[in-house]
Amino acid sequence: MSKPEAKLNGSPHGMKTLWPWIAALAGVIVVHFLVTDRLNPYFFTILMYAGVNATLAVSLNLISGFTGQFSMGHAGFMSVGGYVSAFITTSLAASHPDLINDPNLSPFVFGGVLVVAGLFSAFMGYLVGLPSLRLRGDYLAIVTLGFGEIIRVIVLNVDAIGGARGMPNIPELSSFAWVYGVLVVTLFSVWRLIHSRQGREFLAVREDEIAAEAMGVNTTKAKVRAFATGAFFAGVSGALFAHYLRYLNPQTFDFNRSFEVIIMVVLGGLGSLSGSVVAAIFLTVLKEMLRPLQELTKLDFRMVIYSMLLIVLMLTRPNGIFGTKEITSLFKRGRRSSKGGAT
Amino acid sequence: MIEFVQLLVNGLSLGSIYALIALGYTMVFGILQLINFAHGDVYMLGAFIGMYTSRALNLGEHPSLGALLLVLAVAMAGCAAMGFLIERIAYRPLRKAPRINLLITAVGVSLFLEFAGQLVFGADPKFFPQIFSIESDFSFGELKINPLQVLVFGISIVLMTILQTIIYKTRIGRAMRAASFSHDLASLMGIPTDRVISFTFMLGSALAGAGGVLVGLIYPKIEPLMGSMMGLKAFVAAVLGGIGNVTGAVVGALILGLAESFLVGYGYPTFRDALAFALLILILILKPTGLFGTKRTEKV
Repeated sequence: MSKPEAKLNGSPHGMKTLWPWIAALAGVIVVHFLVTDRLNPYFFTILMYAGVNATLAVSLNLISGFTGQFSMGHAGFMSVGGYVSAFITTSLAASHPDLINDPNLSPFVFGGVLVVAGLFSAFMGYLVGLPSLRLRGDYLAIVTLGFGEIIRVIVLNVDAIGGARGMPNIPELSSFAWVYGVLVVTLFSVWRLIHSRQGREFLAVREDEIAAEAMGVNTTKAKVRAFATGAFFAGVSGALFAHYLRYLNPQTFDFNRSFEVIIMVVLGGLGSLSGSVVAAIFLTVLKEMLRPLQELTKLDFRMVIYSMLLIVLMLTRPNGIFGTKEITSLFKRGRRSSKGGAT
Repeated sequence: MIEFVQLLVNGLSLGSIYALIALGYTMVFGILQLINFAHGDVYMLGAFIGMYTSRALNLGEHPSLGALLLVLAVAMAGCAAMGFLIERIAYRPLRKAPRINLLITAVGVSLFLEFAGQLVFGADPKFFPQIFSIESDFSFGELKINPLQVLVFGISIVLMTILQTIIYKTRIGRAMRAASFSHDLASLMGIPTDRVISFTFMLGSALAGAGGVLVGLIYPKIEPLMGSMMGLKAFVAAVLGGIGNVTGAVVGALILGLAESFLVGYGYPTFRDALAFALLILILILKPTGLFGTKRTEKV
């Protein structure tokens, strides 16, 4: 966590840096038509989960990796987004079915729903962020964990969204293009954010809160902003998840879920966006690969392996696989050293 | 009125178990500024060690106070050993690492114990043998009090008194207080801080182990995940009383136990698990240092 400035070299402003993102979006759409209804449904499901998890991991990385605030209630934000969006679309499907069923209209409706779900989550993030102003590291972790639990208990007790039975019959509106399109948009937004003035405030808070404050950074505002932004994207990913699985259950968003996301971020590297994506995909696939072993032995090895992984990682490579570096820096190494070893 | 007293007794016995666990949190936090997430799972291990000991010695068939004390001693020793190992393997190598790494490791240890526990003990709930029983309830008119609850409360009080004596009356206790004031100063004064930290972990874990056995007495269904929620609530209790403060932990735990007991008794059982966290958020907003905590100024 010591060299944040390394990847801040080279200002990412101007159209030139926009092209890779546009290309990525176009790529997502191309792949969408290649895989939808052609891929084995099981692999397709894994692919969709990987996309949702990657978005989730990137959104948590903004909070934990770039702002240095430990959040253990990320599943809570996800569930807010999921439930809010599912509530809206199921009500719409009941009152205005054509809005949901018309293939020309539904993308716009779903896009709007995603934004609303994200905003709800962001508001929750703001609420959680508020008490966190007075808290540091460990306390914040507990508060966010408590928040996740409170959300779960509230959902369990609200009958309009199914309570403990869960919420069935959510319209299927997610698709490959949506999930991975949102991932690209999330990556782009977070990337631009951390290279902006506000993003640098986040980094300053992470590196040293007191020093940041002395430099005139409003650390409180920076933290709340990071929370709200991270929560926004977590909410959107929850909405995508809900509209792919078509069923929500409070148990889906328990502490283990939050923990999975934390592992993804830590494994990939706190402060590495590409690391989060790689780790999210790796762990989602790993989980499926462990499934046969689990069925064979009738024992759940997954969490044991996850937690071992986390401890060993912390003891041997505390910065995660990528540290704070991005995947692209692998290709840039030669160029950078010719500039005079900016790293 | 009778219901009220009943709930009061329930709350106190639950609160005293919270207190035993909360003490471990507060001592470790006091000395390392670490939330030892694995602490709740040490409590779970205590319950299981107690169960296997009583099964192995067939104590369920001859319930007696001696049997209880024996099981208690074995569980406390076993948990102290676990506490020592956890600190030695997972936390000590990270002494100089950033706090967030330590925190993540603690979460990792906690989950490892929970899920490895499911592999070893099985995920289904187990029955804790009745190693101590008193035939009749204490009854005062219509009011009936389960003597086990009184016993749990009594044993907790004894253990807490012993702890208090260790912390304030012995050499090692003085060393613990010195180390929690400042590691560097303490080691300059010739205090082996690493050893003191190990001792703190062992002490806290032994109390958690006792809590595990006592909870097995009154709620005889034990399972590998029982520690996670209990641990979090005990932590909340420690924060409520002012983390790092031993008396505060006990008071906070009793308040939490009573609050939960009344909440459940007066008709909102489903909100039970949310209460602790709501209380936590409230206390953190209103008085972040807790009821008995002192403010620490942050130095650069």
